[in-house]
Amino acid sequence: MIAARPLIEAIGLSISFGPNHARNRVVDDVSFRIGKGEAYGLIGESGCGKSTILRALSGLNSDYQGALTLADRELPKKRGKDFYRRAQMVFQDPYGSLHPRKIVEKVLTEPLVIHGMDRVSERIAETLDAVGLGASFRYRYPHELSGGQRQRVAIARALIIEPEILLLDEPTSALDVSVQAEILNLLKRLRVERNLTYLMVSHDLAVIAHICERAGMMYKGRIIEELTSQQIRSSDAKEDYTKEFLQASVEAVARGPEVVA
Amino acid sequence: MTDKAITSPTSPPPVASAGFGAWLRAPVPTSPFHARIQQFWLQWRRLRANASALFGLCVITILLIAALLAPLLATHNIFEQNLATRLLAPSAEHWLGTDELGRDVYSRLLFGARITLYIALLTTVIVAPIGLIVGTTAGYLGGWVDTVLMRIVDVFLAFPNLILALAFVAALGPGIQNAIIAISLASWPPIARLARAETLTIRKSDYIAAVRLQGASSLRIIFGHIMPMCIPSVVVRVTLNMAAIILTAAGLGFLGLGAQPPSPEWGTMLSSGREFVMTSWWIAAIPGTAILLASLAFNLLGDGLRDVLDPRHG
Repeated sequence: MIAARPLIEAIGLSISFGPNHARNRVVDDVSFRIGKGEAYGLIGESGCGKSTILRALSGLNSDYQGALTLADRELPKKRGKDFYRRAQMVFQDPYGSLHPRKIVEKVLTEPLVIHGMDRVSERIAETLDAVGLGASFRYRYPHELSGGQRQRVAIARALIIEPEILLLDEPTSALDVSVQAEILNLLKRLRVERNLTYLMVSHDLAVIAHICERAGMMYKGRIIEELTSQQIRSSDAKEDYTKEFLQASVEAVARGPEVVA
Repeated sequence: MTDKAITSPTSPPPVASAGFGAWLRAPVPTSPFHARIQQFWLQWRRLRANASALFGLCVITILLIAALLAPLLATHNIFEQNLATRLLAPSAEHWLGTDELGRDVYSRLLFGARITLYIALLTTVIVAPIGLIVGTTAGYLGGWVDTVLMRIVDVFLAFPNLILALAFVAALGPGIQNAIIAISLASWPPIARLARAETLTIRKSDYIAAVRLQGASSLRIIFGHIMPMCIPSVVVRVTLNMAAIILTAAGLGFLGLGAQPPSPEWGTMLSSGREFVMTSWWIAAIPGTAILLASLAFNLLGDGLRDVLDPRHG
């Protein structure tokens, strides 16, 4: 299952917030490996530090200890353009992640201009097509779109510069159930088509089990256990907390495949 | 009836031939320009529904026309003095009366509109970009840049507007250009503050994080993503400011530090009419009313624009 050399590796990652005298360790000595083409999930309750890990990896928060590597190279604290070219992020809230004053075309043009890519117009058309939005959405403002459509635009924005890695921060939790299923299937299809590597954060076991092959169970800033999607589905865990967590969401997992089918 | 309803969406010819109106209301915009015009159209419709803003817009339009066509609309030479016809009340010959040197008040008022608008617009053109750049830079970069820029703003804000303008005019010497510089120096700090406050609420948002993650530089983020979000509130603030600018300019004129006497600036006219308030009310009252109306119009329009342009209304 695990590739010979991981594409992304976290070694002893710790993240703290707050002033020195009242430092709060949110992520505590976390390590994980993600192989190329793999989809790895981080599950846990609210506040367990899973989104914090994602923000550190994406470069939004450079205040962390430990090492994050990409293809065996340690990432500098201040990420360069070449990193952003390889890894892109999709945010949780599609209502907040699109600039309210920019039409879809402009949103998609920006990354192409930043990275100096050619065939701007063709690429936009192709990417819109790939995320299931037609040409009629090209000149729309975000407030004219539904939540699911916005999230598709956000995914298109992440994909348009053809990254290898997609960081997904609960990409479906702000959407209603039927739209969630569409977006998850879209993510699943895109991963196969474009050979993407996913790191996905969610508190929803059904979502993780549907998308990811492996997942780290997080509790109070630590990864306490790693599970395969098969283990999640069959509630086969070693740690007590994981058992409890799986038990609590067992109905969701059981009906998971139908919901997201 | 039903037949028509079924056929009309499927047949393109009526849509194509309906012209500009249909183009404006087309459900799917076909180009960035089209999308922007449609957005503009919606905003205009919202502004149109606001009676007081429309009134403000009308007054400003009349003011602009009066200023542009002043030589055509004026009935007398504004510099020609005729002591035989001094202090005449409004009549058919002199629509708004004459002043203490026998000059036609109506004609002077028209030319005064030019000076007033010149001061208001030029000040705005100077002030808005400075305030916007200082405010968004301070707000986005934060840290010591923010501290330094905001302390400078604080120094300017510590003085009352007119006092600061007075000090600068006293140092630079009286005149319209100097008055404009002085008013600009006094009125950019509030705009910088506003832009900074706006930036602070925007900088943590996901869409700014998203462009950062695309590798955009700070310069690109500030100018391309933060400024467009600040511009509406700055536009509103600036139109509201115009009233204050007009009043400060009139105040400087009134104190003899703005436009100099022969020029028909409204504040100067008002101040020269002061001596005759009891006997010839029109000399002071007419430029005073003009100042009032112009300030009021800018205020009302600014208020209306706030409702239309506020980004939180989509």
